Amino acid sequence: MSYVVEGSSGPWEVVIGLEVHAQVVSRAKLFSGAATAFGAEPNTQVSFVDAAFPGMLPVINGVCVAQAVRTGLGLDAQINLVSRFDRKNYFYADLPAGYQISQYQHPIVGAGSVEIELADGSTRRIGVTRLHLEQDAGKSLHDQHPGKSYIDLNRAGVALMEIVSEPDLRSPEEAGAYLRKLRTILRYLGTCDGNMEEGSLRADVNVSVRRHGEPFRTRCEVKNVNSVRYVMQAIEAEAKRQVAVWEDGGTVGQETRLYDVARGATRAMRSKEDAHDYRYFPDPDLLPLVLDAAWVAELGRHLPELPDAKRARFMRDYGLPAYDSAVLVAEQATADFYETVARGRDARLAANWVIGDLFAAFNRTGRGIEDSPVAAAALGELLDLMADGTINGRIAKDVFELMVETGEAPGAIVESRGLRQVTDTGAIDAAIAAVLTANADKLAEYRSGKDKLFGFFVGQTIKSMAGKANPALVNEALKRALG
Amino acid sequence: MLDLSLAQVRTALRTRKVSARELARAQLDAVAALNPRLNAFITVTPDLAERHAAAADAALARGEHGPLTGIPLAIKDLFCTEGVRTTAASRILDTFVPPYESTVTANLLRDGAVFLGKANLDEFAMGSSNMTSAFGPVANPWTRTGDNRPLVPGGSSGGSAAAVAARLAFGATATDTGGSIRQPASFCGIAGIKPTYGRCSRWGVVAFASSLDQAGPLARSVEDCAILLGSMAGFDAKDSTSADLAVPDFAAACARGVKGLRIGVPREYRSDSMAPEIEALWQQGVGWLRQQGAEIIDVSLPHTKYALATYYIVAPAEASSNLARYDGVRFGHRAAGEDLIELYERTRAEGFGAEVRRRIMIGTYVLSAGYYDAYYLRAQKVRALILRDFTEAFRHCDALLTPTAPSAAFGQGEKMDDPVTMYLNDVFTVPANMAGIPGLSVPAGLDAQGLPLGLQVLGRPFDEETVFAVGAAIERAAGFTHRPSIRAGA
Repeated sequence: MSYVVEGSSGPWEVVIGLEVHAQVVSRAKLFSGAATAFGAEPNTQVSFVDAAFPGMLPVINGVCVAQAVRTGLGLDAQINLVSRFDRKNYFYADLPAGYQISQYQHPIVGAGSVEIELADGSTRRIGVTRLHLEQDAGKSLHDQHPGKSYIDLNRAGVALMEIVSEPDLRSPEEAGAYLRKLRTILRYLGTCDGNMEEGSLRADVNVSVRRHGEPFRTRCEVKNVNSVRYVMQAIEAEAKRQVAVWEDGGTVGQETRLYDVARGATRAMRSKEDAHDYRYFPDPDLLPLVLDAAWVAELGRHLPELPDAKRARFMRDYGLPAYDSAVLVAEQATADFYETVARGRDARLAANWVIGDLFAAFNRTGRGIEDSPVAAAALGELLDLMADGTINGRIAKDVFELMVETGEAPGAIVESRGLRQVTDTGAIDAAIAAVLTANADKLAEYRSGKDKLFGFFVGQTIKSMAGKANPALVNEALKRALG
Repeated sequence: MLDLSLAQVRTALRTRKVSARELARAQLDAVAALNPRLNAFITVTPDLAERHAAAADAALARGEHGPLTGIPLAIKDLFCTEGVRTTAASRILDTFVPPYESTVTANLLRDGAVFLGKANLDEFAMGSSNMTSAFGPVANPWTRTGDNRPLVPGGSSGGSAAAVAARLAFGATATDTGGSIRQPASFCGIAGIKPTYGRCSRWGVVAFASSLDQAGPLARSVEDCAILLGSMAGFDAKDSTSADLAVPDFAAACARGVKGLRIGVPREYRSDSMAPEIEALWQQGVGWLRQQGAEIIDVSLPHTKYALATYYIVAPAEASSNLARYDGVRFGHRAAGEDLIELYERTRAEGFGAEVRRRIMIGTYVLSAGYYDAYYLRAQKVRALILRDFTEAFRHCDALLTPTAPSAAFGQGEKMDDPVTMYLNDVFTVPANMAGIPGLSVPAGLDAQGLPLGLQVLGRPFDEETVFAVGAAIERAAGFTHRPSIRAGA
């Protein structure tokens, strides 16, 4: 059932489009040589160009252009070999030149798409309208002094990609899936680090509501939402607000709003009447950006395998279910880790260990794939110990916990703690005999037809051998004993 | 000595007939004596000049010299000069000291020049009379015969032109957005060239209209201009619109002659209202070139009549955006305000003069939603047609000859009632900026009141050499040896 907002007068469909601002991974800014590192002391990464001193001129950073093209290719998008930079004029204290250099009419990347996966296993292709390059603004700090504002221009001039979706999204879940998928693609490409806490990825969310089958109604833009969760919450809150306005006989006006996380509601920032007239015009300091088709093709040849292709390959080559594949490819590092573990081994077992035990260990230890407490090679070795019968699956879980705790290699843990699987049939027979003797009542029940107790005897036997017994041998011996 | 040409004084320096320090001191003394009357300099930099001159002498003593070693120059106060106040003749920058040197002035320093100071101009280079400077008007060293009332030197590079004409410098840097090199050259009886857009780097030059601004030299002879341009020009990776082309030997081109060249005379530059003296001088120029072996042909530039109107859309539009950075936040003049908006409003109201405010408003208007297509976009289309006119004309000729300005220098305070009257000064010069082509003004004669008049030579993009060749031919034929009444040594 598709997502609707239930109003007092019936269900409302929600229409969502996202404008995502992704900070380009590059050492220098879009039009100046200043550095882009996050968290530096205020105003230490500012050139005279960034501060818009008289006579300073922008020069395009080729790395940023390549990153935008690579991103476009990763979104299956049209690459525009001729694009242009425009000035978007408005006054603000953290906008040094009084204009932002952006691409208004002729973006570097045209139409593309992103495929999203939903919880029910279905997929949808979401249209990307365009991607363009633009400068970030600086930051105004209003809380440093009672009567003054401070300006930090470190971010001023940093390259952003604005990635605009079609109004194809129909629920908070879809919007969340789109944003996560986009983030994954950007991280695979290495064109944006996707770090939403540091503001490297932020979204403006356009929301409108309508009755089923209607044309679009007026939308509102919720600005600068900086997490997937807040995007989803903001959509829900804004859609409900709009439904209430319409149902009260009112009209939703086009405006820019902010999502108040604490209140869980959006509030007006400025209406269309207060909107700036940005007076866009081509930046005369910059020539049109003309790309060589061969250069674009070369970038295309060196793109990494992207998540959709990787997921398909995992399903095909490793026989993994779609869900497991999607989980494993969400981060390139996880996929690489998995492939190291799976190579030459039982690929489905490897997937279970990574998704199950390894991820559980991440949750427990607060670590992640980049600083995993267990190396991929070590996990592979653990799987080998199971495969060659050195340890059984139960012991493997214990060995894994010890690996997480101590960082020791699985082989060393097995040896030093004497966890090697017991395959001595004499010892197994003796253990069975002791179990049967100690559980004479259960034995009688079994013999009177309660077959299910067989498993109980297996468990008791293995437990009595501190888990180290080979389960297959125990099964066999027990069958013989109960013969 | 101060009356020599740049080329001549260069020889004197190289042969050690005069030291760079002696020359600089003589020049600074002349500036001290005459600047109170002319107001050609906003800032005089005697210490800097002494330092540059000392370095020049040391280089000359070692037998090493660059193309400009020891040559005293005036720098239009639109070029940022490291550690030297750069005002753009505006209150809003009256305390601004750049921490960097513009590419053009750095090139001149590389070649050994001595900087005397920063020359006056119209505020942000917006004007044709130097009347809009926040540092007061510049007086033209020329006066009408029997009339001592001060005349304007033209604009916007009025201080540069006045300084050169009055022998207060051997040359000067200038900039030309709609005629700001050529018109003052004409008014002050000196030579000046606006090279092809992209020939000189705009990096470090306070921007007026980025797609039109181009730096160039003013000097007392065509050859002197060629020498200076050779040093100023060159590719600069810091300016995306800079042309990645080698710099030709402009000075050598001055001696080429015009034999066999086809010179176009654009019929649209002729009007019934043109002063008979200017019409006569133009015809004389045509005659001089014909006598020296050039073929004269009639050409048409049909969109000329739209150039001025188009210019006064494009230039203010770009200016309105370029001048947004003067907001009182990071540098320059700041007026206190209760909030950010008030700070902006007070700072800019106090900092900008009337003409600058007028152009910011025009520019803001033509870029506004709903007006953009009718004004800015349309202007860009006309601009393309103007360029096409020139491209077509240059299929038939090698250079064009026109008057530089519709009149000789006028009095301070004249033509001030209506901005459009002032704007009409640029009618012959603006098309070259719109098309990006090179244009040179060369002094060719005096009017009946004893004031200099210039002729303009226009050339193909990046063919300044032909422009210099034609300009030098006119200069030789004109034999212009008149000097202004106010000058060093007079």
